[in-house]
Amino acid sequence: MLDILIVDDSAGIRKILQRVIRQAEIPLGAVHEAGDGCEALELLKTQTVGLILSDINMPNMNGLELLSHLKAHDTLKHVPVVMVSTEGSQQKVLEAVQLGAAGYVRKPFNAEQIKEKLAAFF
Amino acid sequence: MSESNAQISRTELVAAITVATTEVFSTMLGIEITPGETQTEPRAAAPPESGVVSLIGLAGPWVGTGGIACTGALACRISAAFLTTTVEAVNDDVLDAVGEITNMIIGNVKTAIEEKVGPMGLSTPTVIFGRNFQTRSARIHEWTVVAFTCEDERLYVQLCVAPNQEPVHGTIRAGFQVPQVLNI
Repeated sequence: MLDILIVDDSAGIRKILQRVIRQAEIPLGAVHEAGDGCEALELLKTQTVGLILSDINMPNMNGLELLSHLKAHDTLKHVPVVMVSTEGSQQKVLEAVQLGAAGYVRKPFNAEQIKEKLAAFF
Repeated sequence: MSESNAQISRTELVAAITVATTEVFSTMLGIEITPGETQTEPRAAAPPESGVVSLIGLAGPWVGTGGIACTGALACRISAAFLTTTVEAVNDDVLDAVGEITNMIIGNVKTAIEEKVGPMGLSTPTVIFGRNFQTRSARIHEWTVVAFTCEDERLYVQLCVAPNQEPVHGTIRAGFQVPQVLNI
């Protein structure tokens, strides 16, 4: 069972991601939520997670900025981060991979796509 | 041809809007949506009496605004399908769902037009619920509006973009926030 963190400024998307992961029969532990990169970093001061799913377009601190902070951190740099975003251009995907993203899911998504992309982490 | 001199035809914009909207509705909502007439308007569409308008800014070598407009009743149906729950009135959850659907539609339109004009940034959505209002883009005056039929209601997906007259320095930060012009 893996504890995960979902970072998205839409409460609806956070709820849908949880539902889709459960539909995909992926064994989940605790699911933590954050509305932007700042909230995510604050939460990670007290919670340990094995996987982070993060949107890119968010206020205050976007997903790519969050990724940079995580990869510069001594202990958090090992936590895999999968980007879940409407940003589907090759340039954006490449930028995320170069910053250290472990995967990329384009919105809109369905349960099969989520299952396929996340299977390696569970 | 440099990216800033690239041209996007109205036909290409309509095609990008149609593909993105039908894909988002079928994949995320399980709702069939049918594209109808397209128009070029001096201002964005808004439901005549009351409704929800959601707007997202685009910036880069081209700049502008994209968004959707629909009645409050259709916004509730979209939210109910999105969250698989029952929704009876426009509330924060409905505005959140409409904003996210707008983000997906305009985000995918952006990805399509980036192939011609180069990388662009996308703002976070601004969602408005009210009556008797109009939305305008401060500098660009022509909106491409595609009307869709969705469960006997109308949904308008609209976009106004034009080449950026200002030089672009560096990359546009994803998730930037932009002010919108609202006339009541």
